[in-house]
Amino acid sequence: MAESKPRPKPKKEAVKMPKQDAKIRSQNFNEVALGYTEEQALEEASRCLQCPKPQCVAGCPVGIAIPDFIKLLKEGKYEEAAQKLKEKNALPAVCGRVCPQEEQCQKSCIMSKMGEPVSIGRLERWLADWERKKGVKTPEKTPPTGKKVAIVGAGPAGLTVAAELAKLGHEVVIFEALHLAGGVLVYGIPEFRLPKSIVQAEVDYIKKLGADLRLGYLVGRIHTIPELLRTGFNAVFIGTGAGLPAFMNVPGENLGGIYSANEFLIRVNLMKSYAFPIYDTPIRIGKHVVVIGGGNVAMDSARSALRLGAEEVCIVYRRSREELPAREEEIENAEEEGIVCKFLAAPIKFIGDEKGWVKAMECICMELGPPDESGRRKPTPCKGSEFTMDTDTVIVAIGRTPNPIIQSTTEGLQVTKWGTIVADENGKTSIEGVYAGGDIVTGEATVISAMGAGKRAAKAIHEYLMKK
Amino acid sequence: MYKIVAKRELAPKIKLFEVHAPEMAEKARPGQFIIIIINENGERIPLTIAGYDTARGTISFGFNEVGKTTKQLGLLNEGDCIWNITGPLGVPSEIRNYGKVLCVAGGVMIAPMLLQVRALRESGNQITTVVGARIKQLLFFEDEMKALSDKLFVATDDGSKGYKGLDFIKEVLKNEKFDRCVAYGPVVMMKNVSEITKPFGVPTVVSLTPIMVDGMGMCGVCRVTVGGKMKFGCVDGPEFDGHGVDYDELINRQRMFLPEERLSSLLWEMRGGCNCGGK
Repeated sequence: MAESKPRPKPKKEAVKMPKQDAKIRSQNFNEVALGYTEEQALEEASRCLQCPKPQCVAGCPVGIAIPDFIKLLKEGKYEEAAQKLKEKNALPAVCGRVCPQEEQCQKSCIMSKMGEPVSIGRLERWLADWERKKGVKTPEKTPPTGKKVAIVGAGPAGLTVAAELAKLGHEVVIFEALHLAGGVLVYGIPEFRLPKSIVQAEVDYIKKLGADLRLGYLVGRIHTIPELLRTGFNAVFIGTGAGLPAFMNVPGENLGGIYSANEFLIRVNLMKSYAFPIYDTPIRIGKHVVVIGGGNVAMDSARSALRLGAEEVCIVYRRSREELPAREEEIENAEEEGIVCKFLAAPIKFIGDEKGWVKAMECICMELGPPDESGRRKPTPCKGSEFTMDTDTVIVAIGRTPNPIIQSTTEGLQVTKWGTIVADENGKTSIEGVYAGGDIVTGEATVISAMGAGKRAAKAIHEYLMKK
Repeated sequence: MYKIVAKRELAPKIKLFEVHAPEMAEKARPGQFIIIIINENGERIPLTIAGYDTARGTISFGFNEVGKTTKQLGLLNEGDCIWNITGPLGVPSEIRNYGKVLCVAGGVMIAPMLLQVRALRESGNQITTVVGARIKQLLFFEDEMKALSDKLFVATDDGSKGYKGLDFIKEVLKNEKFDRCVAYGPVVMMKNVSEITKPFGVPTVVSLTPIMVDGMGMCGVCRVTVGGKMKFGCVDGPEFDGHGVDYDELINRQRMFLPEERLSSLLWEMRGGCNCGGK
C-alpha cells in the first residue's frame, strides 16, 4: 500500500504585510500597509489548518465563518469567499484594516502555539479589496416587509444595522449629522490607516442594499426620537458614538495651540485641512508637538502631526509602555516613523506666550502602583519630580464623553451617570422600539465592537418588527 | 443643497439670506444657530438663525463678509444653492415673561436680535432695545426694532448717530429697573454690556460665537470658561450667563487661526475668486 503523501508543514511565520518605507510614509498621507499580493494571500491562507473546532470564530465580535472563507480563498473561489465574509460583515475592507485582530480572532488561532497566528485580518482585507476592484455585486433584494426603521448615526454601528435590516427587506433611513457618512471611519481614523475612498465604497454598498442616507440631519434637533416613532418609523436604532472630548482640567488648557484629538482629527480627516488652502479648514502645526494619551487615537494624532510637518512628535503617557492601550502594530508603526514616547509622565500646567499660544508644558513624573478598576496599574504622581517640556502644539487624546443631544431630547430614555444610554446585550433601551449600540452605550471602544453591537441589535429589531 | 430664495443687503458687507429648509423652519427657535458649508471644499461655519417661516418653509440668517467663506457666500444670489446646512443647533433661548427686558445688539447680530425681540414681545415683556454699530452706515433694522420695542436707543462707536459708545446704558439702568438683559454682538461689546449690567444686578444673557468645526458636540474647539467651568459653545450654549464668561480667553481663542484665515481670503482674492479679475 502506497503511503499517503504527508501534508507539508505550515510555515511558522505569517507572510509579512508589505508597507511603505517609514521615511517616505512619514511625509505622506497614503496608506501605510500596502496589502498582500494574490500570491501572498494564497500563501498565508494555506497556513490555516481548518480546525474542526475553530477558536477564531468565537473571538470575532460579528462571528465571521473564518475557516470557511479562508478555505474558499485558498481554492481560488474568491467571489464565494467574499460572499462568505459579507454574510456576517458588511464592512470587510474596513475591518480588515482597523480591527484589533491580535486581541480577537487571531488571539486564539492554533498556529500561534507553533509560531505566528494566521493573519486573518490581512486575508479579509485582501478579499474585500479584490472584490471592490472587480466591482461589487449588488445582492438580490428581499421582498419589502413594509416596516420602517430609523438609524441615528452613520458610523460602524449604524451602518451595520442598516445593512442587516435592509437585507431583510425593511425600509431603512440613516440620519447622519455630519456632511459625510462613516462616523469615526471618516472623521477619526486617518487616511494613512483607512483610505476614505474605501469607507465611501462600503457606504455605497449599504446604499445599494436599499438604505436611504440623509446627511446633515441632526436627530434630536430636527426630529426627536419620539417624533420619528410617531411619524411612521416602527423602530429606531441610536448609534451616535463618542462625543465631547475629555480634558485634563489643568491650568492653561484653553491656550491657543491646544487641540483635542477630536478637533485635530476632524480638521485633518473630515475637513481635509492637510490640503489647506485648497480645502478651507485651517490647521496649524508647530515644530514640537506633544500628544497626551496612549490609545489608538493618540497614535493617529501623533502620526498625522508628523505628516503635517512637525519636526518632532512626542507622546506623553502616564503609564508605561506595557499599559499602552493602542494596538501593538500601530505603536510599532509610530516608533518606526520616529515618534518618541515619554512614559510615566502627565501634564500639570500649560504655559502660554504673550500671544496666548502654548509654549511649554509642565509635567510631573508618575509611578505605578497596584492595579485600579481598569485592571491596569494605577499611576500616582511623584512629589518633587516636576519638569518642563517646550512645545508649541498639544493634542489631548485622553478620551471622549457621550454626546448629550439625543439623551436630553428623548423623554423616558434611561441614561447612566456617565451619560451613556442604558441598553441590554441586544441593544434594547428603556423605550419600546428604541435600540442603541456602540460607543453611545459602552463608552469608547472599537469599530468592530460597535459593529458587533449593531449586529445583535439588528437581530433584535428584526424580531421585534416581525412580531408586531 | 439648500436654495436661496431671498437675498437682502442690510448694510455694506452685511447680508441676509432666506433659504428653503422646511424641516429646519419647523424646528428652529430663537437663539439657535446653523452650520453652513458653501461647497465640497468648504469649511463649516456657524451662523445665528435670524428668522424662520413655516408657511414659506424657510429659515434666514445674516452674515458679515469678513473671511473667504462669507465673501463667497455674499456673491451667491437668489436661486443659487448652499451645499450643506445643518441645524437648528444649540440650546434655544429661554423665552418667557420676565417683565422688563433690555436688548442690546451690535453689528450683524442685530439680525437675530430682531427674532429674539419679537419672541420676547410675544411673551408679554416690556422691551427697551439698543442697536449699535461702528458707524451709522452699518446700522439696520431700526424701524423694525422700533415697532416691536417700547423704547429704542441707537449708538455708534464714532458717535455718527445716536449715543457714542455704550456708556449711556448706565444712565438707562439708573432710571429704570430691568429684569433681564440680552446682549448679541461682537465679544468686546458683550463684555462691555456685561460689565455695565453687573453692578445693577441685571441677569444678562450673551450669545457667544467661538470658533466651531462640527458644531454638535464633538470637537471641543468652542470651549469657553463660564463661571470657572469649561463649557462647550455648541451644545451647552450658545447663550450663557454674561457675568460669568471669561471674555479675554474667548477673544484669544477666536484669533487662533487669524493668519490662516487671512491667507485663505487673500489667495482667493488674488486668484480672482471675488470677481475682481485678480486686480
